[in-house]
Order: sequence, then structure tokens, then C-alpha cells
Amino acid sequence: MSANKPAKAKPKPIDRRRFLQDTARAAAGCAVAGMAISHLATDARALPARAIRPPGALPEDDFLAACIRCGLCARDCPYDTLKLAELGFDGPATGTPYFTARDIPCEMCDDIPCVVACPTGALDHSLTNIDDADMGIAVLIDQERCLNALGLRCDVCYRVCPVIDEAITLERRHNERSGHHAIFMPTVHSDACTGCGKCEKSCVLPGESAIKVLPRRIATAEAAEHYKLGWEDRNPLVDEIIDLPDRLPGPGTDNLVAPGGYLPGTEGLPDPNMDGGFTPTFKLPGTGGTGQ
Amino acid sequence: MSAKTKLPVGQEAIQDKGWLKAHKYLLLRRASQMFFLGLFLLGPWFGLWWVKGNLAGSLTFDVLPLTDPFVLVQMLVAQHWPEMTAITGAVIVAVAYALIGGRVYCSWVCPINPVTDGAHWLHDKLGLAKGWQPKRNTRYWVLGMVLVVSMLTGTIAWEFVNPISMLHRGLIFGMGFAWAFVLAVFLFDLFVSRRGWCGHLCPVGAFYGLLGARPVLRVSATERAACDDCMDCFAVCPEMHVITPALRGSEDDTPIITSQDCTNCGRCIDVCAPQVFRFTTAFDTTPAPARAARPASPKKPSKASRAA
Repeated sequence: MSANKPAKAKPKPIDRRRFLQDTARAAAGCAVAGMAISHLATDARALPARAIRPPGALPEDDFLAACIRCGLCARDCPYDTLKLAELGFDGPATGTPYFTARDIPCEMCDDIPCVVACPTGALDHSLTNIDDADMGIAVLIDQERCLNALGLRCDVCYRVCPVIDEAITLERRHNERSGHHAIFMPTVHSDACTGCGKCEKSCVLPGESAIKVLPRRIATAEAAEHYKLGWEDRNPLVDEIIDLPDRLPGPGTDNLVAPGGYLPGTEGLPDPNMDGGFTPTFKLPGTGGTGQ
Repeated sequence: MSAKTKLPVGQEAIQDKGWLKAHKYLLLRRASQMFFLGLFLLGPWFGLWWVKGNLAGSLTFDVLPLTDPFVLVQMLVAQHWPEMTAITGAVIVAVAYALIGGRVYCSWVCPINPVTDGAHWLHDKLGLAKGWQPKRNTRYWVLGMVLVVSMLTGTIAWEFVNPISMLHRGLIFGMGFAWAFVLAVFLFDLFVSRRGWCGHLCPVGAFYGLLGARPVLRVSATERAACDDCMDCFAVCPEMHVITPALRGSEDDTPIITSQDCTNCGRCIDVCAPQVFRFTTAFDTTPAPARAARPASPKKPSKASRAA
């Protein structure tokens, strides 16, 4: 191998060429393999909606950086709720823990053994009260077949809810069909629902459940920042977005033509010649000022 | 000597030492592999939860945490700072392998080892060509690639494909189609590249090799003077390039196999009839006279070509 030492000068350029070739070959091979693995990694991020991560699980992006797929959470789950995803059969990244609420829901143990067992913090150890868990949100997804929605008193999802009357309430409304009965509509409240899936598990319908736990990213919308519910917040203003006009004393405030008062020649006065332009029908007294 | 090389590998050792002694470390290794797998299977199969988890992370007797340091490194590169438990576990594992040799993991613990050993056995039986032989340093390229992908995707990248965890976790928790990865490695080693996976590509082995590059426990060709050039050690060694410097070294060269690629599998000790090799420590300075000078030139090329 290092046999021909005397002929040192000769092999050098060949060595360099070989070195470059080998390097390029290895780098190219690694690039191809790396892209394949990256593809798998990106694929795995698309966690199926029906696969629910254990309580305290980090957001999926962070979870795949933290979960070593050791299965200790699944081992310490007293109800065998958690299982590790198997390649080809289950959607989540192979070997990561999840559960299917319709099969075995989370029983919401007070001591949260799965989180305690996690050696890496993929299940966040700062979760100490199981009622704060956020595995997903139950959604009454089939309102045509839910027995309560049809006017019966099934109530099972409501009764089994570990956070009864907070996460699920029965909202009474008029039964239009019969005209003189009530409908007790199971209604999920996202601030209290932990996504344990007991409601989904216990739905009496055969096959699929009418109420299903979905990830928060799917089940909830995001209200725009400038929306305000007037009955919750009496102040209609949103700082720096909507402001009331600073009115000056002048003609009636409901005078649309000059809410703040215009002066001829003032900047901002609509050009009377333009489409939609106009000339104010009156002049303001005094110096007036900068309306708006 | 040429007559001896025609003998089946290890034949002479079996004659001299008996079959059992000529397979001592192979049998011990299989026992060790089964032991470590069995520990994890005690729980799911027999309800004895001494060890929970798998090779990526485990908890023994509810007190001893162990974590695969390679997985931990990928996690750190992916920018997740783990709980102390995982760090403690990884440090314990890392220290252990730093002492006994990083690649002891490969030959004594890794569940893929019997698979690739099986592929090699069949490869031998079928008399197949050695096929594609990537450079020995390819594994470090793969290792680097895994770390880069971990960083770019923010995931523990190798765990998406790692045949070791696929097999180990599969046996303990449920396999799914993960056996396909194991089969792929087997077929790769059988038809594409002799000793290809563990010896050239696997980044886990590369990582452990770096981790335990200067271990205490080592194989040494202490009695190299007695070597009769039967070449059996080269034939059984999964990383045969590690033998040459020790066995063929001069008086001044250490007889200890110092390459980080050596898996401390001990198979060379098994098959050597003159009992050239033995386990020793890295501090062993027992003088080991080099082999007497051979009728040099005509033999050298044949030796080199077989060793390469």
C-alpha cells in the first residue's frame, strides 16, 4: 500500500486527482442520501390529524428534534393508551408515541407518568397539572348524526368528560323540527378541553365517533387581531389600528361632508372636479384645523 | 503455508484447540447480543420490567438511565436541549464505550451485527465477489451528512432510517414494515458490498468508533512471532485493515491493534491456531518480538492483495 516510497514525486498529482475524485464521489453520494432522509423528515412533520401525541408533547417540529423514540412513555402509561408508530401501518414518524382516541383515550392520570418517564423533554416536564394538557380539541364533527343534535338525550360525551361542564357543556336550544322540544347541544370549549379523547371513545355511534379530537392547528381558527367582541370588551377601540376622529367644534357631528371641518385650500380637501369630489356647502367659522 | 491457506478458515484452530475454544468469542458475542436484546424483551414477553425502552434510551431497574450518545448528539445539533436524564444516560454510555472500545457496541450489542454476519456467511458460502467496496472513510462522510441533515431539518435524522433501531425497537415494540430496512441491509451486504454496511457506511459505528478511539481494552498480536501466515485472521476480521500494523509490525511497533475501527470482536483470537492474539489493555507493554524475516519479495504482493 505504502510500498513505493522512493517514487514519491510521481504519484503526487495522481493522488490529488484521486483525492478530489473520491471527495466528490463521497460528497455526491451523501447529498443524494441526505436529500432522501430530509424528505423523510419533512414527510414526518405532516402528523396525521387522527394521531394524537401524548400530553405535554412539544409542537411537532420540536418534537421530532427531541423524541428519541425510546418508548418509555408508552411503557409507563398504565392504560396502554400510548403506542409507538409502526412503519407502514401508522402515520406518525416511525417509533414515535401517539394514541388513537377511539381505541384507547388518555385517562389523564394526575401524576402524568408518561411525561415523567420522558428522558429528553419531548414531553414537556413543565406540564404538572394534567388539566393544562393540550393534546388536541374535541370537535362535534357530525352534527347530523350526533344523537343529542337530533334532539335525544344521549349526553354520553358530556358525562364522561374529565373536565365536565368546562370542556363540554350542553347548550340548550329550540328544536325546530318538533317545534316544542329542546336540543341539548354538546358544545366544546377550547380553553378547557385537553384533547384526552374520552368523549370520542365513548360516543355511542357505531364505527366513527360523532365527536372527534383534532389537533389544535386544525380545530381552531385564529381571530384577527383587530376583532373585538363588544360584549366582552366595552372599549371598541383597538390601539393604533382604529382611532376615533378628533373632532373640532363645528357643524353637527353627523354632517358627513365635514366631520372635522374643511377650509378651502386646505390640503386634503376633495377636488370638486374629480369623480366623487365635492365642494363643501358651507365654510367653517374660525381657523378650524386639522380634521382627522 | 500455501497449503494452510487452502484449508477452510479456522480449521487448524479447531483441530488444535477444539471447536468450542475456536469459537469462544463468537459464541460469547452471540450470547452477549442475545443478552442485551433479551434484557429488553423480558418486559414485553415475560412481564419482568427490569429494563424498559430500547437502545436509543432505556431505564434499568427504574434508576439507571441510558441514552444513545449518537442520538443525543443529533438532538443537540437539531437544537433541542434535553432533560438531565438523557444527558446523564448518554454520558454513562459514552464513558463505558470510551473505556472498552467504541465499536464493542457494534460487535457485542448491536442487533444488526448477526444480520450482517449472516449475510457475510452466506456471501462466503455462495462464493460471491466482494462487490462494491466504498472507502473506509465513507462512514465519516455519512456521519457528517447525518449531522448536517439533523441540523437543517431540526430532527434526529438518522432515526428515520436507522436499521438498528428499526430492528431493535421493532422486536420490542412492534415491527410494522421496519423489517424491510433490515432486509435491505442484509441484501446490501450479501449482493452489493461485502461487509459493506457495518464496515463502510454505518454512521452509528463511525460515531462509536470515534467515541472510543483510545480504549483501555484492546486486542494485541502479542505472539506475532508465532504467526504462520495462514491468513485466517484476515479472513474473519470485519475490519481487516486493522490487523496489519500490529501483526506485521516491526520490533518497535506495538503489537496492540490501535485502530478505532477494530470492534474488539475477538474472532481473530478464535481462529488463530498459534494463538497469536489475545485481549489485553492499552497499557500492556509486554515485549512482542516481531516475526522473523520472511523470504520477502515474492510473497508480499499476494499478502497485500488478500489483506486489502
